[in-house]
Amino acid sequence: MAAIRLRDLFAVVMLFGIYSFVSASLFVVLDAVDVAFTEASVGAGVSTVFMLGALALTTSKEKPKSARKTLLPLLAVTITGLALVYGTWDIPAYGDPANPIHHHVVQRFIEDSPREIGIPNIVTSVLASYRGYDTLGETTVVFTAAIGVLLLIGGARRPSSGRDNAG
Amino acid sequence: MKHYTIPRVVTKLLLPLILLFALYVQFHGDYGPGGGFQAGVIFGAGFILYALIYGLDKARRLMPPQVLRVGVSLGVLIYAGVGLLGLLLGGQYLDYNVLDSHDPAHGQHLGILLVELGVGITVSSVMVTIFYAFAGRGR
Repeated sequence: MAAIRLRDLFAVVMLFGIYSFVSASLFVVLDAVDVAFTEASVGAGVSTVFMLGALALTTSKEKPKSARKTLLPLLAVTITGLALVYGTWDIPAYGDPANPIHHHVVQRFIEDSPREIGIPNIVTSVLASYRGYDTLGETTVVFTAAIGVLLLIGGARRPSSGRDNAG
Repeated sequence: MKHYTIPRVVTKLLLPLILLFALYVQFHGDYGPGGGFQAGVIFGAGFILYALIYGLDKARRLMPPQVLRVGVSLGVLIYAGVGLLGLLLGGQYLDYNVLDSHDPAHGQHLGILLVELGVGITVSSVMVTIFYAFAGRGR
């Protein structure tokens, strides 16, 4: 809530970093160490640095905005939130062994991956082998992000003549 | 940040440990938590820390942007190349079983190691590249 109310964007970035770190601790509590690792390093670490870099490029104060236009967004957010809450009623209880997630491919992964892949960390075998295509796609997404940033702000700055200012 | 002694000294002490930890996460991802993505981020964060403390110019001399651009594409190339290698050796795309003709599990191990290495190289290069782009723009 504080992140929405604050006008000082520097404080907002810091709050998001803290939030990421708390989520990482939550993932550790849920025994998802790999996810927690990613959240702590990416969410709390690097993305905070990038946000601060973006602040250094732009400005660290949010412009005051009139309250007139906020009614429609508020309505949309409320309806979406209610729809999501309605959706949670059908989610099975946490930790219930009869949950669908424990009966699909998970059992096969846990039982067969030591024999088929031969490495102890099942998360790694699923990520890199069983779901290799997904990880290739993720790597390509990261690659594309770099290309995008380089194209937008990476290259040497052109002298700003009249024509270039249009783009 | 160039004139503060304590951050400079602490960075100098921490930097080898950060990079070493990144390599540990990279190559120990088969046994413990971690893998290419996390390792790449930590490795990139090490260079970002160096650039923050010692300045962008020194960091650019340490890790030139040209090298990073090669790294960005090299990682994806390694990943896709391992997939193609499986294809050439008579398996399916991204099927690591064929990488070792004697023991499929060994092939899987090798494939995962190479693929994670590709992910790590791409992610760390991308992180530092984006940081260079952001930090170089502000001056």
